[in-house]
Amino acid sequence: MDTVKLKINGIEVECPANSTILEAARQAGIEIPTLCYLKEINAIGSCRMCVVEVKGARGPVAACVYPVNEGMEVFTNTPLIQKSRKMTLELILSNHRKECLTCVRNQNCELQKLARDFGLEHVRFGGDLEPQIEASTPHLIRDNSKCILCRRCVAVCKYNQDAAVIGANDRGFATHIGCAFDRDLSEVACVSCGQCTAVCPTGALVERDDTDKVFEAINDPTKHVVVGTAPAIRATLGECFGLPIGTNVEGKMVAALRRLGFDKVFDVDVSADLTIMEEGTEFLERLKTGENLPIITSCSPGWIRYCEQYFPEFIPNLSTCKSPQQMFGAMMKTYYAQKMNMDPKDIVVVSVMPCTAKKFEIHREDQQAVPGIDDIDITITTRELARMIERSGIRFNELPDEEFDPIFGISTGAGVIFGATGGVMEAALRTVAEIVTGKELPSLDFKEVRGISGIKEAEYDLNGRVVRVAVASGLANAKKLLTSVKNGEANYDIIEIMACPGGCINGGGQPIQPGSVRNFYELRELRAKALYDQDKNMPLRKSHENPIIKELYDTFLGEPGGHKAHQWLHTSYVARPKYPGAEADAAAK
Amino acid sequence: MPNTKTVVPFRGTKEQEAKLHEVIAKHKNQPGATMPVLQEVQAIYGYLPEEVQIMVAEGLGIPLTEVYGIASFYSQFALNPKGEYQVSVCMGTACYVKGAGAVLDRVCEVLDCQPGSITKDGRFSLEATRCIGACGLAPVMTINDDVYGRLKPEDVDDILKKYM
Repeated sequence: MDTVKLKINGIEVECPANSTILEAARQAGIEIPTLCYLKEINAIGSCRMCVVEVKGARGPVAACVYPVNEGMEVFTNTPLIQKSRKMTLELILSNHRKECLTCVRNQNCELQKLARDFGLEHVRFGGDLEPQIEASTPHLIRDNSKCILCRRCVAVCKYNQDAAVIGANDRGFATHIGCAFDRDLSEVACVSCGQCTAVCPTGALVERDDTDKVFEAINDPTKHVVVGTAPAIRATLGECFGLPIGTNVEGKMVAALRRLGFDKVFDVDVSADLTIMEEGTEFLERLKTGENLPIITSCSPGWIRYCEQYFPEFIPNLSTCKSPQQMFGAMMKTYYAQKMNMDPKDIVVVSVMPCTAKKFEIHREDQQAVPGIDDIDITITTRELARMIERSGIRFNELPDEEFDPIFGISTGAGVIFGATGGVMEAALRTVAEIVTGKELPSLDFKEVRGISGIKEAEYDLNGRVVRVAVASGLANAKKLLTSVKNGEANYDIIEIMACPGGCINGGGQPIQPGSVRNFYELRELRAKALYDQDKNMPLRKSHENPIIKELYDTFLGEPGGHKAHQWLHTSYVARPKYPGAEADAAAK
Repeated sequence: MPNTKTVVPFRGTKEQEAKLHEVIAKHKNQPGATMPVLQEVQAIYGYLPEEVQIMVAEGLGIPLTEVYGIASFYSQFALNPKGEYQVSVCMGTACYVKGAGAVLDRVCEVLDCQPGSITKDGRFSLEATRCIGACGLAPVMTINDDVYGRLKPEDVDDILKKYM
């Protein structure tokens, strides 16, 4: 690799020739503040927080986009630069509704941190500071009075997720982020992935908070409240309590949930295993008949909504399996209710998910195993769970490790890796390969489908039948993959798609890491490692070996893909309009 | 919130749509096509309502937010058609300091219409314009080719009545 030498604040640095000043400075142990810049997502050099002086340049330059070159001399901390950054901050704050105490991002806000770092104690100017709250969807709340126009959300929505339902509208002081024709988010084809909430530096975009509903259920003596956690939560929850990224906190998480007062603490990994049994059976059936191939996974509700809105021609290819969350709810309201001799109406099922789209999914059509009763009653994100733990005075880091309740709490490595891109594929292959070949697999590691690349492909020989697999994460990658399938340029038997880049470990409901972390650490890799490490050391690593799964089919469901399984564990999809608001207006006229 | 940016119903014809598709075909795959396409399409329809912007977005294979971002950024693009009477209140510096703001407010009240929009009956459209070069008459309002100068808010009602 070509390198260049430069001096930053008098310190000599040697760095790759394609680095920016921001990256080179970090290598020299110097932090340059940023707001709009986010690695691989948004590099527009517009907020001017990262300005630095370069010897010979006419004025300060934006370090986030300015390339280094040989012999360059950079100064990141001169009086001029400090003054410039402070003025920039004061101007941004002049039009920011500064109600930090009542903001959910209090102490986790990049703007607040910079204001404190730069000693901004007084803002001389005042702009438009009225709340502008838009709460039309089940998954998120927007408040443009806290928006600083950094455009990270616009970039992630357009370039990573290919939805592009928000953009910059109008001009000058009236410029604001919004949907076309300033429609509400509920009137456009938002996929509810929540990536915008994960990249927002302030509280302008936040998940809808459902924690009060959970507390209310827990405190209702007439209700039996069970909770289930998605595979990816254990890999990220610790970040909310200051633990290093990639710390697996499964045991403490279970202990915390018990202390919050849930009657039973279950593992959604079990229904991930159940998903593999159903989806694997469905896949083998389709392989036999050749119909609706490639089969495409259906675990990610953001992806499902994207497919329904942007690629409805692939709806027949979707697996009809409910997502693991919905299978969990369905089993609670049927199998568990029966086992406990309870009326499903008295059971409240709460799920903890890395995902804001799950808030949309629980209200979808055809998600009621017991007619009239939703499979899942309340779903909260990792961030909401962390807030519940803090509010309840639970000292998370000092908790002992506890185990899930065994009725629905024994999981396999296959279930655990569902949380990372490629995990569902690998779990499916472990089971499908053994069913097809009738032999135990010599190695359970399908390394080709691991890793954080946006699109992964592989071929496996199953008893003479070559199975072609592909994995995509991030909806822009899904679009690329589906377009090549549509045009006949690529051919697969099975495709795994996750809406969020990297899969659930990087879901829209996961802990928020600021630019200063995201720009220099590979979040997706660090978090996924926690799951693969757990998988490696588990006694059970294949879904079909899970004793709970065996019992479920033996005593309750019958055969995988059988009548009861179809009734409770499968669902249907519907093409949805790409411009719902415009269509509704046209229909009303 | 339903679309309130365009206040009159869309009445595009098949002929206009055919012309729109010709424009898109001419510019498709050309980098930076959105601006010229929007200019030509506005020449066909007289304005750029949501129905038309969706056709442009789909035709060029770009997001509607990108089309709307451009259409709402440049004052040259209109989200509403022009009315039978085009009312323009000058908001240039001279008119502004001589009280054009209050004049504009009164026009909005009388017509029940916002700048950049049109009355529901389609008769009056309203613009807050840049300097029209008649600073000596500030504050100035024009209605089609008629010019009214040295206005006070209380003059507005009688002037507009002449066109109603």
